[in-house]
Amino acid sequence: MGIISRGFGGRRRTAEDARVPPGQYLTDGFPVLSAGPTPRVTEEDWRFSITSEAGDTVTWTWEEFLALPQERPHTDIHCVTRWSKLDTEWTGVGLDTLLESVDTAADFALAYSHGGYTTNLPLEDLAGGQAWVVHAFGGEPLAPEHGGPARLLVPHLYFWKSAKWIKGVRLLDHDEPGFWEQAGYHPYGDPWREQRYWGD
Amino acid sequence: MTEYLDANALAGALSEVFSVDLTSSWRRCSVCGHTGAFAELHVYTDCPGQVARCPSCQTVVLRLVRSGDTLWLDLGGTGCLRVELR
Repeated sequence: MGIISRGFGGRRRTAEDARVPPGQYLTDGFPVLSAGPTPRVTEEDWRFSITSEAGDTVTWTWEEFLALPQERPHTDIHCVTRWSKLDTEWTGVGLDTLLESVDTAADFALAYSHGGYTTNLPLEDLAGGQAWVVHAFGGEPLAPEHGGPARLLVPHLYFWKSAKWIKGVRLLDHDEPGFWEQAGYHPYGDPWREQRYWGD
Repeated sequence: MTEYLDANALAGALSEVFSVDLTSSWRRCSVCGHTGAFAELHVYTDCPGQVARCPSCQTVVLRLVRSGDTLWLDLGGTGCLRVELR
């Protein structure tokens, strides 16, 4: 008789487990994380801008933004505080659509928000169907505590990159660390490589 | 709903870095000029770190991130502190 009994190989991985990056746990809730007071931005006052590395700026009002082609990304999200949420449904405009209006050869982007929050990404991570500016979650207008009227959604990176209350994106020739990236968090933030902190 | 705590929430982490108790110091904000006890800062903890803001102008005073035995402390917005050494 063998020393190791059957079933000692550990718990079988489910299809859901395979969608959860290392070090993460699943939640059915939607935790609210915030590093400051929740900005209250009306749709009337809302503007979204992209500024190229040459300083040229394109700006959309709320009405202009809603008139753009709308996409409905269905995706999993992963917060660096270790929760992951599967099958989230959003409505918004792809960054590919927004970037069509901008002449740029920049390599980096810095998203900035009402309230002063910023986060940096390589521009290639905002393109190719990987990023959106979203205004609805689960078919409902995005609540202020989750970043409404609109937030960035970049689900292949840790969720701190999906800036709430987004106001605009500056395109840059150089990488410029954002709010958390200046304070110890990883400049890129790939959840599948557990890039949580500097040096990970 | 109160979104923030006062800066006594930072006392433990700061005591691991500084030999004096900074929460008993006074601070002058370099942005709005507000003067008050360091302990009056608004500290947000429901986020990937701890963020202290000026109670008057909401400028970020301090960011603190902890991972195991490593701590990152950004004091870029602190302004001037008056610290009593004894």
